[in-house]
Amino acid sequence: MIRFMIRRFLSLIPTVFLIITFAFIIVRAAPGGPFSAEKGTPPEILLNLQKKYHMDEPIFKQYLRYVGDVAMGDLGPSFRYKDYTVNQLVKQALPVSMLIGTLALLIAVFVGIAAGIASALRQNSWIDYVSMSIAVIGISVPLFVIGPVLKLFLALKWQLLPTSGWLGGRAGWLVVIMPVLTLSLPYLGYIGRLTRASVLEVLRADYIRTARAKGLSETVVMLKHVLKGALLPVVSFIGPAFAGIITGTVVVETIFAIPGLGRFVVQAAFNRDYTLILGDVIVFSVLLVLMNFLVDIVYGFLDPRISYK
Amino acid sequence: MEMTEAPILQVKDLRTYFSTDEGLVKAVDGVSFNLRKGETLGIVGESGSGKSVTNLSVINMIPSPPGRIAGGEILYHGKDLLKMSKSEIRQIRGNKISMIFQDPMTSLNPFLRISTQMIETIVLHQKLDKKAAKEKAIEMLKLAGIPSPGKRIDNYPHQFSGGMRQRVMIAMALSCNPEILIADEPTSALDVTIQAQILDLMKDLTERLGTAVILITHSLGVVAGTCDTLCVMYAGRIVERGPTDLVFESPLHPYTQGLIKSVPRLDRKGGGRLSSIRGQPPNVIDLPDCCPFYPRCDKAMDICKHKYPTPKVFEHGRVVGCWLYSEEK
Repeated sequence: MIRFMIRRFLSLIPTVFLIITFAFIIVRAAPGGPFSAEKGTPPEILLNLQKKYHMDEPIFKQYLRYVGDVAMGDLGPSFRYKDYTVNQLVKQALPVSMLIGTLALLIAVFVGIAAGIASALRQNSWIDYVSMSIAVIGISVPLFVIGPVLKLFLALKWQLLPTSGWLGGRAGWLVVIMPVLTLSLPYLGYIGRLTRASVLEVLRADYIRTARAKGLSETVVMLKHVLKGALLPVVSFIGPAFAGIITGTVVVETIFAIPGLGRFVVQAAFNRDYTLILGDVIVFSVLLVLMNFLVDIVYGFLDPRISYK
Repeated sequence: MEMTEAPILQVKDLRTYFSTDEGLVKAVDGVSFNLRKGETLGIVGESGSGKSVTNLSVINMIPSPPGRIAGGEILYHGKDLLKMSKSEIRQIRGNKISMIFQDPMTSLNPFLRISTQMIETIVLHQKLDKKAAKEKAIEMLKLAGIPSPGKRIDNYPHQFSGGMRQRVMIAMALSCNPEILIADEPTSALDVTIQAQILDLMKDLTERLGTAVILITHSLGVVAGTCDTLCVMYAGRIVERGPTDLVFESPLHPYTQGLIKSVPRLDRKGGGRLSSIRGQPPNVIDLPDCCPFYPRCDKAMDICKHKYPTPKVFEHGRVVGCWLYSEEK
């Protein structure tokens, strides 16, 4: 088990390395550059700027230099926020995104599982119909529609919540509600449907019939015999859900003007802030591979049939 | 076995129906039998003849909807199991009446250790603490022929072979010293070599513990070697019932005769084709009140198409549902 974990962990390094390489190529292939927005810069100043950021060197040399810096934990200086390094910006913005993302994931998992179980146990009742309808809406309506619609009603029409902004304002924690709700809805829907389907499947299994034939009460059958098997697909979905939530933060933070990493990605992309884009990509991908690693480990504990070698 | 002793289980005119989109399925339609203490009763029949549904009805575990028990009584020591509350019947399931199912590969929970699955039953019904329950479970596994049971009990089901899992199922089913063991095709999913071992084990253990057995099977060979009494089921009805040796010696119902003729015999030389019953089992959806066997029966008469006969009782407790023997017209 320990050996498996170490090996699995080490295999994450080439994955991240590949992501960095591809991101580097894509970012550099995009037309324009970090200084092209500044009109009328004298050519000698532009040259100086490029020299300062080593952009006059051949691209391959720049790549090696960048990878070397990243390996040492240095994401480089930001091109746009002149007095900040990317490390400093990430340090500011990451906790914000993590807070929204974690809350959204927790809500999606817990509310989704609860709704899924309730729907499965009361199949074809109003609970089932209501929660599965909400799930379908959550899955099929994109974030950039859900967000503004919530804002229109909750903030503008009924004035219950602030339209945008972040902690530290007058609204306090109320600002968190809409972004988290928007971000969690698709995954809540998906996890709800997944749980419902797999609880229904496990309920039909032979070993559940055995459990009932042993005289166990429905509560024990449910908690001890059904849930463990039924929640496995949900656990394996948490990996992809986390990826989706990370990309979701880009949209949600932009809609609600939240100073998180997601909004930096958008701004950095517009500004061709090479180091900031790459820095964000690296942070996101490291989070993502770590999350998948964690899911693999947890899965191994839940399903005794999986053995790690 | 004393025939005068009162039966511990009496099934009287049991009817279990399923409402489906295609129509009403009378899976069990007027089944009656008695089970005495320590007796082994065999129920044979083709797939879909209602064997399993009969026995799921006995412990009131018919999935409802779509199923429902439409009539009849199931008396366990004179008390009707069908009228008991959910918690009352739960005290009987797994305790007084326990079950073994056909497929040992899927009948044990793959996510729980054998110990967990066995101990929960023992603790539930026998009021033992966990430690004593584990000792009891290990003892049962040992009786069931599991090598080094003390170690194996902490394994998961996937670490056992099919035959070993069925041994675990038997150990689990007998762990609360039930009065009745219902074995629903316990050997159908196993290798032929393992089948005999499992049957011997069941026979040995139930004899030792004085457990009565209802053995559901589609194999006449299995019944011949193990059962005192035999019920032959066809399309939801018991067409013939009686002591196993008598039924084998002189089967009365044309269906039973056909079944016994179609068993391959090693002691008869000369080869030739194996005899079979022509036709297919009937579709039991919206079946009219006829003898369900008449389209396949060589001795069918006109009345067979219109009415099901009242079963006729012969000596030695033999009962046959066939117009050939019925006096009423």
